[in-house]
Amino acid sequence: MAIPRRDGAARPMGASPATTPAAIGFSAIGLAALTLAALTLAALTLVGPASAETRYGIGRPATAAEIAAWNIDIDRDGRKLPPGRGSVAQGGTLFAERCAACHGEKAEGGLGDRLVGGQGTLASATPVKTVGSFWPYAPTLFDYVRRAMPMNAPQSLTDDEVYAVVGYLLNLNGLVPDDAVLEARTLAAVRMPNRDGFVPDPRPDVP
Amino acid sequence: MTGSGERFYTPAPDDGPDPVKECRVSGTESDEDRLRNTTRVVSRSRRSFLAQGTALVGGGLMAERAVGPATAQESADGPPGVPPWMTTPGADTGAQPYGTPSPFEKNVVKNIPKTLKQYTSASVRTPLQELDGIITPNGLFYERHHGGVPEIDPAQHRLMIHGLVERPLVLTMADVRRFPSVSQIHFIECSGNPDFKAIRAGRTASDLVGLVSCAEWTGVRLRTVLEEAGLKPGAKWVIAEGADSAALTRSLPIAKCLDDALLVYSQNGERLRPQQGYPLRVLLPGYEGNMSVKWLRRLNVTDEPAYSREETAKYTDLMPDGTARQFTFTMEAKSVITRPSGTQRIVPGFNEITGIAWSGRGRIARVEVSVDDGRSWQEAQLQAPVLDKALTRFRLAWSWGGEAAVIQSRATDETGYVQPLFSALAGARGLNSFYHNNAVIPWRIAESGEVSNGYPKA
Repeated sequence: MAIPRRDGAARPMGASPATTPAAIGFSAIGLAALTLAALTLAALTLVGPASAETRYGIGRPATAAEIAAWNIDIDRDGRKLPPGRGSVAQGGTLFAERCAACHGEKAEGGLGDRLVGGQGTLASATPVKTVGSFWPYAPTLFDYVRRAMPMNAPQSLTDDEVYAVVGYLLNLNGLVPDDAVLEARTLAAVRMPNRDGFVPDPRPDVP
Repeated sequence: MTGSGERFYTPAPDDGPDPVKECRVSGTESDEDRLRNTTRVVSRSRRSFLAQGTALVGGGLMAERAVGPATAQESADGPPGVPPWMTTPGADTGAQPYGTPSPFEKNVVKNIPKTLKQYTSASVRTPLQELDGIITPNGLFYERHHGGVPEIDPAQHRLMIHGLVERPLVLTMADVRRFPSVSQIHFIECSGNPDFKAIRAGRTASDLVGLVSCAEWTGVRLRTVLEEAGLKPGAKWVIAEGADSAALTRSLPIAKCLDDALLVYSQNGERLRPQQGYPLRVLLPGYEGNMSVKWLRRLNVTDEPAYSREETAKYTDLMPDGTARQFTFTMEAKSVITRPSGTQRIVPGFNEITGIAWSGRGRIARVEVSVDDGRSWQEAQLQAPVLDKALTRFRLAWSWGGEAAVIQSRATDETGYVQPLFSALAGARGLNSFYHNNAVIPWRIAESGEVSNGYPKA
């Protein structure tokens, strides 16, 4: 069942020139061959591509430039962090302008989540889950802020601005100094307090 | 007005006078008034019928007819002998290009909390106690969004597949629909349904577990599309991204992607509703709802999870020791009695107990119902079809004697897993894990017949 790689969509699955009904004459032998070919065609059509070697030929290739433009996924280790840099001080200014309305002047929470404090509370009766107490990986903060924040204008911050805001939040949580400048290398180097706080799913655990 | 329908008013058409003819013949004042009254009702109804052309006319007509000639023929508490909706033509065929429920069902709507801080990242619930069967009407499907509901032009929408694939692809919606299609009935349930700390606050079944719905989904197997791109060795996860303002990101394990996962474009026969991911979403049967990424625009095949915010800071289950369970995908077996349920009222005598059960691990094998606060359990009847990772309707015939009672249901799935009591669940996980509460839900029935939340007071 050899299907051409790029032009498979040009004709039905499994129909090669040799078994195309139009290529077969209307003799008795031809009719028998036609019936056989039709059965074969039906079987192949039902099955579809049987392996990664066979395809429908649907869609078009994604170019490297398109992939680069769309792919904003940042890994937990920060290997995929983009170029750019921003300081804690710049982040403080940006936070006041773009974030504080929802998250509070000092990220204490409001319409949006509380982002600061809570370290040491996770095993208590009233845990406080914040960037500082709960988030395990600093690069994830870059990923999330860049893709989803501020909520009223996501993807409006430049990479430099994202580094700055992320630096400010880490500073509020005591994880980088006041004069820190965040960039790919320095952000990836930040070790979050709850990095080792996650465990696999053991369910079913009850009953 | 003088057709056979009108004669139906008379107790004995063969030997009694036709009231309409009689009033014409006798010409008494009261009969003339009655006739005028009837004529006015008809002409008014025709005017508004022509003017509005909607089914809403019926309500006004009925109100007028309450003082019309039919009144005398009605019993004290029964319907009119010939109701007004039989004495004038109804709304035009096709008056509603897209049909809506009867105006008398206007209270059967989504359960929308009134006091949320914001409604961009929020959820609203299915009114489970108002529904029958196993299919959730599209307009009543629960909603959980993280950045609002985008309005996406399908002509402009693209799905990109890249990462550890042989042939990175861009697909249009027309492309996606060219692949072999499949239809399957599955539930989707939000993992926080409900918060462990919210069980006593819920008044209705919807309040407690309304973040579950079920539909017939049509699309293409995710496996088919991934194989079209060609998986490279080392492909272990697929990071799915939505085209909403949250660009919501979840990592899907490759085994699930190659098993029963779908890319769906239709829901109960029509295209997805915007609230359900129009024009394209992932469906991971039996997994927590947020993984079935809506408005899907990108699949990045990788060797490790994204560890996105939604799978680290959110949608992880905090345990009493301060650790959090991560990648808690499966929605475990669960059931709820929807009738009788909270805020309803029953009368002594026969009452059918009915509800829904479901499991993210497969089919429901058994549902048991207790009507004596858990002391004994009876097996309920399961309504066919009993489908894989779908809602299953159960029923139990019950005669209520009028005494105070607590009723509850517990589901067992085909793996043998039994829905736990809340005390067992909380005992193992504490009260701070928020997600994956699938505990038995009790309803308390008072001697008055009023039904309320049956969880013991804290």
